[in-house]
Amino acid sequence: MAQRIEVKDLNIYYGDFLAVQDVAMTIEPKSVTALIGPSGCGKSTYLRTLNRMHEVIPGARVEGKVELEGVDLYGSDVDPVAVRRNVGMVFQRPNPFPTMSIRDNVLAGVKLNNKRISKPDADDLVESSLRGANLWNEVKDRLERPGSGLSGGQQQRLCIARAIAVKPQVLLMDEPCSALDPISTLAIEDLIGELKSEYTIVIVTHNMQQAARVSDRTAFFNIAGTGKPGKLIEMDDTSTIFSSPAEKSTEDYVSGRFG
Amino acid sequence: MSITDSPPRAGTRTARRRRSSDRGFNRGFRWIAVGAGVLILVVLAAVALFLLWQAWPALTAGGDELAAEVPRFPADTSFLGYVGPLVFGTLLAAVLALCLAVPVAIGIALFISHYSPRRLSQVLGYLVDLLAAIPSVVYGLWGFLVLAPVLTPFWLWLNENLSWIPLYGGQASTTGRAMATVGVVLAVMILPIITAVSREVFLQTPKLHEEAALALGATRWEVVRTAVLPFGRSGVISAAMLGLGRALGETMAVLMIISPGFSYSLDILAAGQHQTIAAYIAADFPESTGLGINTLIAAGLVLFVITLAVNMTARWIVARRKEFSGAN
Repeated sequence: MAQRIEVKDLNIYYGDFLAVQDVAMTIEPKSVTALIGPSGCGKSTYLRTLNRMHEVIPGARVEGKVELEGVDLYGSDVDPVAVRRNVGMVFQRPNPFPTMSIRDNVLAGVKLNNKRISKPDADDLVESSLRGANLWNEVKDRLERPGSGLSGGQQQRLCIARAIAVKPQVLLMDEPCSALDPISTLAIEDLIGELKSEYTIVIVTHNMQQAARVSDRTAFFNIAGTGKPGKLIEMDDTSTIFSSPAEKSTEDYVSGRFG
Repeated sequence: MSITDSPPRAGTRTARRRRSSDRGFNRGFRWIAVGAGVLILVVLAAVALFLLWQAWPALTAGGDELAAEVPRFPADTSFLGYVGPLVFGTLLAAVLALCLAVPVAIGIALFISHYSPRRLSQVLGYLVDLLAAIPSVVYGLWGFLVLAPVLTPFWLWLNENLSWIPLYGGQASTTGRAMATVGVVLAVMILPIITAVSREVFLQTPKLHEEAALALGATRWEVVRTAVLPFGRSGVISAAMLGLGRALGETMAVLMIISPGFSYSLDILAAGQHQTIAAYIAADFPESTGLGINTLIAAGLVLFVITLAVNMTARWIVARRKEFSGAN
């Protein structure tokens, strides 16, 4: 069920400002692709174009193509709502709906678009999604408690459960561990390793050890200076990027010489 | 604060002087804050005591005594039997106004906060605030001279075709001077406060929650339903209670529109059925003396208690689901 993403000549704008320039990239299914680079280089912006979340910011727009199994996500007859159901997203800070119970949080995406789901089916889905996010054993006795009562790491796994409950093809993660402690981070990284057998995963991270640990392919983004657009410098197998990258700036970045 | 954080410079005269004046400010500010808080309590207690003290003669007097001295006091009843219909009329007017105003206010607030283009939303926001600036006596004039004639055909139609619904039964007024018209005017009057507060609350919905809904494939309405409305729920309740408080106490507009009566009738289209406490006090105060004034003040006390109860209920509703609110 995982799908391949093909990005061609992508330019990303905020109003007239060109934020990311000329990205071309192939993201393989059933693998983890890490996006690394210094702050402000546009990797989060780029990630948000993969499920059309970029355009919810007023004035933000995109030129070029993002193809999911050959279908351009920015085609004129494509509904962004449908794209986002197919391409799930986990955010930097855990954001469970505070007014909903743990159970309702998991079911939130499924209940959208007036979809009806029978109680046994819902119970099964809640359990399988929470198991998929390695959270079931911790919360199975308090499914009716508010999701905001969990710890940060648990909340983030709840958000992952919510994202996979709608059975997306692709899972985007925008620095999912940056607000978490090392133990929770480890739990999420283990989870990413398990999830890649079913999903195409793209993760933005500031933590290069994390990129090295979890990803199969790594893309390095960089920016020439303030006000200049961010660019994809190079993309390769993670081991290659961290041992013998083709570009000098990549080597400087991954070895900690700047950024 | 700054003193304790800075490296110790004790011994120099400037530091010592600054410290003492800083302490003075600290203490002064603290007393101002405490004083303001206490003042509220004192005013509230003073009003409550005044009401109780002045109402006491009427509360303790027998029905016959009241009937002899108070104009329009029905024979063979006690104070409670007399104030009952007024309480009923007050609550009926306020509830009608709230039922009409809250859905419209939420709609306007959502439109301003999440649907309209930014420039239009600013203009709309100002217009709604302008509604709040209109004096209530002007609303009364407008309701009596303009709205009542306009609404009358509609009320007559409701009375003719939907009279099986209890609210629309009875003999409909041909002048529009009935509870239904009062409800509409009060709804317009409380619309701005409910809209303004709801709009502020909706605008404060965390971006994070809206994006969470969007990323799950929510349409704009579903974002509102899953993120904005649940987050704003307690705020909207508070807003509605602010509006209810104003509707309960509104005097001039009601006085000018309604054709008064003392009954427990639900026929909101009929004239001569209802009266509210506030309008009743204003209407009868100029011609009352002695025990008559005490009776009016006792009615005021009842209104005070109702308003207090409404506010406390609202707080209780908001607090009941605290752990599910967006605050934690």
